[in-house]
This record gives sequence, structure tokens and C-alpha cells, in this order.
Amino acid sequence: MAWAKKILRVNLSEGSVKSEPLNMEWAQQYLGQRGLASKYLVEEIDPKCDPLGPDNKLIFTTGPLTGTMASTGGRYSVVTKGPLTGAIACSNSGGYLGAELKMAGWDMIIFEGRSPEPVYLYISNDKAELMSADGIWGKSVWAADKIIRAKHQDPQIRIACVGRSAEAGCFYSAIINDLHRAAGRSGVGTVMASKNVKAVVCRGTQGVGNIKDPMAFMKATEEGKKVLRENAVTGAGLPQFGTQVLMNVINETGALPTRNMQEVQFKGASKISGEAMHEPRKSDGKPNLTTNAACFGCTIACGRISTIDKTHFSVENKPQYWGNSGGLEYEAAWALGAATGVDDLDALTYANFVCNEDGLDPITFGATVGAAMELYEKGAITKQDTGGIKFKFGKAEVLTKAVELVAAGEGFGKDLGLGSKRLCEKYGHPELSMSVKGQEFPAYDPRGIQGMGLAYATSNRGACHLRGYTVASEVLGIPEKTDPLVTEGKAGLVKAFQDATAAFDSAGICLFTSFAWSLDDVAPQIDAACEGGWSTEKLLELGERVWNMEKEFNLEAGFTKADDNLPPRLISEAAGSGPAEGKVNELDKMLPEYYAARGWDEQGVPTADTRQRLGLS
Amino acid sequence: MKITLKLFATLGVYLPTHATGNVVELDVPEGTTPDEVIDRLDVPGDLVHLVLLNGVYLDKNQRSSRVLKPGDAVAIWPPVAGG
Ligand code: SF4
Repeated sequence: MAWAKKILRVNLSEGSVKSEPLNMEWAQQYLGQRGLASKYLVEEIDPKCDPLGPDNKLIFTTGPLTGTMASTGGRYSVVTKGPLTGAIACSNSGGYLGAELKMAGWDMIIFEGRSPEPVYLYISNDKAELMSADGIWGKSVWAADKIIRAKHQDPQIRIACVGRSAEAGCFYSAIINDLHRAAGRSGVGTVMASKNVKAVVCRGTQGVGNIKDPMAFMKATEEGKKVLRENAVTGAGLPQFGTQVLMNVINETGALPTRNMQEVQFKGASKISGEAMHEPRKSDGKPNLTTNAACFGCTIACGRISTIDKTHFSVENKPQYWGNSGGLEYEAAWALGAATGVDDLDALTYANFVCNEDGLDPITFGATVGAAMELYEKGAITKQDTGGIKFKFGKAEVLTKAVELVAAGEGFGKDLGLGSKRLCEKYGHPELSMSVKGQEFPAYDPRGIQGMGLAYATSNRGACHLRGYTVASEVLGIPEKTDPLVTEGKAGLVKAFQDATAAFDSAGICLFTSFAWSLDDVAPQIDAACEGGWSTEKLLELGERVWNMEKEFNLEAGFTKADDNLPPRLISEAAGSGPAEGKVNELDKMLPEYYAARGWDEQGVPTADTRQRLGLS
Repeated sequence: MKITLKLFATLGVYLPTHATGNVVELDVPEGTTPDEVIDRLDVPGDLVHLVLLNGVYLDKNQRSSRVLKPGDAVAIWPPVAGG
């Protein structure tokens, strides 16, 4: 089995760390990572607890394939109750930390309570201790990373850290590992800071040796890699253009939410696209994109490494931003760009760097700036509220100033740090928050891609593209093309994507493999690594079980059918251009079908039969 | 008649030199189909993956049967995805 079979339990109130065995009965039902850690969370916390209080727990979790030779097997997730939403949160990250944690011999870290003083957790294989965060508390992720490295004098350590925004209580702070990979959404970094934990520092040298059948595993993982290599998307498209190739695709499709979703196409899309990142700049002849990059064990390598033009206004006299760092992914480029109407690629790249430097979710940040711009346009906020900034759509200077303010938790940055739901409520226009369950939409307008409306409305962690990416089918034709403008068949499609995704997310691999792999490609890899007879059917059932478990947590937390909804704009204001012109999202048609397909009652509550079928006690 | 052709990602190299960005306006005879436009620019067929006509997806059959109208925009990508 590829589980380390060990959990590190850190009681922050007491300052204790202890090892305990992984519950292997649960591992058979929930596999690992998202599924298994969610099971622990559901069993151990009151769903009604304050996400930022000591009763919430924060779980760093790997999957059975994390740290193995399976392609993309470097993933970890952070599971907690999210402060942005009040719903169950699970944010997935790549980079190298997850594999390091596994190679140190741990499946999970469970943080509980709250430390009286700022601390960080240092793990070196079996040894784990809490150390004082004196000297790093109050610093950015990038600054803290440097100090920690200097202190431990070990170039091989891996670090996950929160920035100043989390300490200041921004509701959507991320946990950043390896300087620019993020467990990004729902405010998992805010929870970490609320517990007075600044960083997790890890060194693991034990490898992941306990594979059930090593020969079969080598064969299965090699076959998996061959599929990724030979698939045109994972073998060529993603490494060359990254996810950012979607900017023009989605804009052409008429589903690129623009200026706080007032429009569905953005004139500046081509200027901030994956293609634009390849264009040489006038000033220095270099393109924005330097190279692609891979997370641990990944044979796809979709990551972007970029530079900003040294003469760009955002980095003038700031040499710390002149080097290479994590560049724009599609969702970030959309939120920082189209959602705010800003088409300045370097300004977006700068904002993205700062999101990494101080640990912010760029999706919620950009969407919240977009909402603030609409509030300003309507006169609901004025220069008095913003500290003198004219918060106008399309202004690159506003975006770069806003990110600095939220990163430091200063001035109007405090308001922006609330996220769009709380911000729009505060200023009397709740309808202007483009969010579900308090979490902002990513980069697909559900008027132009109907299934995504249902996926957003029903996502257990609030609006999200990574819980049921029907864009793959509705726009890209993976695995099969469906019409983005119709609602027929979307309930089943959304359910299928949601369940399969939960299985991928519980394994320790990257969801992007699913552009080439089906669960038929994944099952042999898990089965060779883990005991328990992991077939495609068992994985699908696991995915459905995880989905229902998350849903039940949310129901107990107080969410109802009324929260499975979209903002009024998307169901009553028609798209103004493109193929979806004249259309709204027809959620009301899809939602009842979806509840029925899930085996839930009319209120969206899993029936006794469904619970029994899935073994949910 | 005039149509607009957009070739994205790695297909950009097949655009005529007077193209700006990824877009070019072309003069084509009445009755032209998307496949004929693709042929005219020597875009290798196996790289033509996603074809949108005015933003709407065309399957393989439609690419050879749909007759273009003046002002139509055809956008083409090799196999790509993201998220
Ligand atoms: S596909 Fe991209 S995000 Fe996923 S593991 Fe590879 S490099 Fe990381």
C-alpha cells in the first residue's frame, strides 16, 4: 500500500505533536487526500463551528500516489471549513511540498486548537516540532521563505507558508508552497494564520517504498505516462501554452465574464492571452513567458514561468520583481484581467506575483476588484471609501495598487479583503457579488456554458471550476462534445464530472491528467499501489461518496437549497453578444434533474436510500 | 467576399505575413467552406482540432459542408485545454 499509514496530529493549544495510525478502514472507503481528509474533518469538527476559531481544524493531506513515480504524483490538499464560504473547503496544490511530506513518512497533518504564539511546524522525517515564528510573522511568503532557509541551512527543505494578507484576516488568503504554487481557494491560508501557524517546513528522505505490487505499479504508471505523452493536449498543448490558451477560446465562445460579469466578451482578451505571453516585448525583445515548468513527478509541465518588463510602471525601481517567477494561469489572468477590464499583461503578471508573494487567491481577489469597480461605477462607493483611488474598470494602476493594499491588509485593502459577497453587502448591493456560497466564479460565464451554471450552483466549496469542469465537454469536446447552450443532459454530465473529479482529487494526482486519462487509466495505478481492489467502479463510487459526504457537512453547517443558486444577474440579465446573446442561465431547469440524478430529495438532501447505498453512516 | 480567419496557439505560424496578432481578413470565393480555407493556408489537417464559426463549434462534417457567408469569422485551434 502506498499510504504511509501515519498521521501527525498537532495540538496547537497544547503545543504538542504526536504520531497516530491512519484509519485504514476509512482509507478503504475514502482513499486519501480530499476524500480521506474530508472524512476526518467531518468526524472531528462541528460543521457549525467558527471557521476562524480554535474549534476548526486544518488538515494537510496527501493521497496514496503522492510522492510515487505516478505522473503528477506530487499533489497535496488542505481541507478545513472555509472562512470565505462557511462551507467545507479543500484546496489542492502541486509543487514539491506534498511529495516531501509523504517522503517524510506522513499521510496527513491535522492541526487543531490555536497556538498562543506564532509558530511554524518543522518536520524532518519522523521528527516534528513546533518552532517560534519570531522573525517570520509579519513577513511575506517570499521573505519568510528566505529567512527559514537561512536558519535551517538545508537547501532541500520544502516550505508552505502564509503571507501578510492571512495574518491581516483577508478572507481569501492562500497557502503558498514552493514560492508560487498555491492551495488557493476558500481562505485556507486565513484559517492557518488564525491558528497562529506561519509555515510548514518539511524534509523527507525516506521515499515512498511501500507499494503493494512494485512491478505492476511500474508497468501501470509507465502506461499512464505513455497515454499522457501521446495525447495532443497533455503531450503538447498544455506544456506549450499552459492553461492560458483558453483565453481566446472562451472569449470566442462568448463565455468570458467581463467587468464583473456585465458582459461575456472582452475586447482586450487577445492582449492577455497565452499567445500574447509568447510575443516578444518592444522594450527588451523578450516575451513575458520564459519557460514552462513541472510540479513533482509531472510529465505534463503546464506551469508558467514569467518575467515582467523592467520598465513597466508596476516594477519601476523594484528589482525584487525583475526575475522569473510563477506566471499567469488562465483563471488568474481572467480574474485579474477580464473581470476588471484591465488588458495590460505585465500589470496582471505583477498582480499575480504579489498574490503569490503574500498569499492571495487571485480568482477571488480579481473578482472582488471587479465588484468594487462596479460599486464605484454605480456610486455605491466613492473616493472617500477607497482612500482616494478612482476605482474605474480597465485601470491597470488601480489593479496593482489594490493588490498591494490587500497583500499588506492596509486601507481599502481591508474592505477588498472581505471578498465580494461581504464587500457588496457592506455597500448595500449584495446582488453585485458574482459568487455562490460566498465564493467567486472562475473564468466561464454560465450564460454561454449552461452546464457550468449548474456546476457552480451545486459545488460544495462554492463557485468553482475544479469541482465539475464541464467546459471540457461543452467547449473542448473532451471526452465528448456537448452543446454549451442547451440544458438537456447537463444534470447527468455535471454529476459525472463531479464524482470523477472527487476520485482524482483523492488519489494524489493532478486533475489535468483527466484531459487524457479516464478513471480506467487511473484505477490500475491505484490498484497496483494500494490494497483493496481499486477498480474504476470502486473509484466512481468513492467519488460519489465523497461528494455526498461534503454535501451533508454543508447541510449541517446550515446551507439549504436556497444556496444552490446563482446571482440574479446570471439568471435574469441576458448575455449581450456572441453565440449566447439573449440567453440567461437556465438553472431552474437543471437543478431538479440534478437532485434526482443524485438521489436527493426535492430540497437537495440525500435520501436514506442514497446514504445507505454509499455507506454513509 | 471577405471573411475573418483566426489561427491560435501553434497554428499562428500558418497565418499570412500581413496578419495582425492571430487574425487575418481573407478574400474568398462565394461557396467556400471552412475546410477549403484551412487547405488554402496549408494548415495540416491533424492540427485542426477545435473550429468555431462565429463562436459556435463545428464538427468535422460541418467543416466541409457549411458554406461561409460574408463577414463570417472562423477560429481554429490545435488540441488544447486548460482550466
Ligand atoms: S499538469 Fe501542471 S499543475 Fe498539474 S502537476 Fe503538472 S505542472 Fe503541476
